[in-house]
Amino acid sequence: MRSMDLFSNPTITRHSIEAVMSVAERFKEKKGRVPVFMEVCGSHTMALAKTGIKTKLKDYVKLIAGPGCPVCVTDQKSIDAMIQLSEQSNVILCTFGDMMRVPGSKYTLTKAKTEGSDIRVVYSPVDSVKIAEENPEKEVIFLGVGFETTIPILALAVHEAKRKKLTNFSIWMTTKLVEPVVRALLESGEERLDGFILPGHVSIVLGKQNYNYLCNDYQMSGVITGFKPVQLLSGIYKLIQLQLEDKIEIINDYTYVVKDEGNAAALTLIDKYLEPFAEEWRGIGPIPDSGLVLKSEYVQFDAKKKFNVSKESPRKTKCRCGEIVRGLITPEECTLFNKACSPTHPIGPCMVSTEGTCAAHYQYMRGN
Amino acid sequence: MCLGVPAKVMVIEGEKAIVDVMGSRMHVGILFVPEVKVNDFVLLHAGQAMTIIDEEYAKESMKEWRGLLNAKHGPFF
Repeated sequence: MRSMDLFSNPTITRHSIEAVMSVAERFKEKKGRVPVFMEVCGSHTMALAKTGIKTKLKDYVKLIAGPGCPVCVTDQKSIDAMIQLSEQSNVILCTFGDMMRVPGSKYTLTKAKTEGSDIRVVYSPVDSVKIAEENPEKEVIFLGVGFETTIPILALAVHEAKRKKLTNFSIWMTTKLVEPVVRALLESGEERLDGFILPGHVSIVLGKQNYNYLCNDYQMSGVITGFKPVQLLSGIYKLIQLQLEDKIEIINDYTYVVKDEGNAAALTLIDKYLEPFAEEWRGIGPIPDSGLVLKSEYVQFDAKKKFNVSKESPRKTKCRCGEIVRGLITPEECTLFNKACSPTHPIGPCMVSTEGTCAAHYQYMRGN
Repeated sequence: MCLGVPAKVMVIEGEKAIVDVMGSRMHVGILFVPEVKVNDFVLLHAGQAMTIIDEEYAKESMKEWRGLLNAKHGPFF
């Protein structure tokens, strides 16, 4: 896999930046403004900040972080409900590490764990099925947060639990889908965009063909790309080039990882266990069919049906994560940023998550 | 959150495989990549191999990018 290292090679990166600047200048001459692209994926947001690409290109290309960090776009009421689950007696709560420090209205899962709740960070939802098997006297709940990359693995966990005939395993589903939120953002007209840097790993499941709606319904281009500097720059370059040539296209620039048709086995498993649901999005509200929940025949694995959790109105703060995930403001425009809200004392999820826009900005772009 | 970690497939055991991740060996699921073979590189997410990484495509992609840069903006390298 040595050839993959070339995508991080400093010399090629430097030349790639020069090439992007050159085509961006041509765009500016032609249209009188800089091109504006949105990266949908949170890992792209972090990679663009960490590699310095976003800062280096700030006068040439406007890169807007989109709603692609699942923790950041989860509605505060859902976060509160998930944290409340840890208060249930006889429960082992399993979660990805990303959720541990997310502030609820009262406390975080980390705090609940220090106070005695049985909360376990697992690498895979399937690991929580094993925990359920080993602890038949306990109810094991997995917090099912994630986009299309993770959703097949949540379906797989249910598949495993069903195969093992477990009655003490369930998932609190709060999944998110890319297409409905991208459509909602484009239809809101709040931000003028010239194209999308499409998520590398979500596209492993979806494939290239699932983005045709961008061209057909919104006359918008997109490039699927990876996370290394040269991959990111190649993606940005191709988006600008499409604009200069007045072409509208979806390009798969990550062919060595993303197949055009997606992952059929993953999509089949999703279809078997899950169905669309109007998920609530932070700062946006409910979007029809923007999440997936368990089908009624698998209700025994649905923690939302199995456990009663009160959904009180969340505590109001001055946190502006809702506007940040829609690309309407930069983190520096939030009065809490780098004052009351920092990675050691986060107030909103965009500062907590390792791929949140505020965390990326705080670590790599403060003052730029 | 949609992290992907590259790994090399060492042994296939039904719906699972032992993979090498930067020198560490671990069990992962391969249900989503039924065509996977020993010595293939896969991308792992949350304990499952989600896709097979095609190094030939990666080489071609870099060759194409290099050609484009040199033709339009270079010669660089």
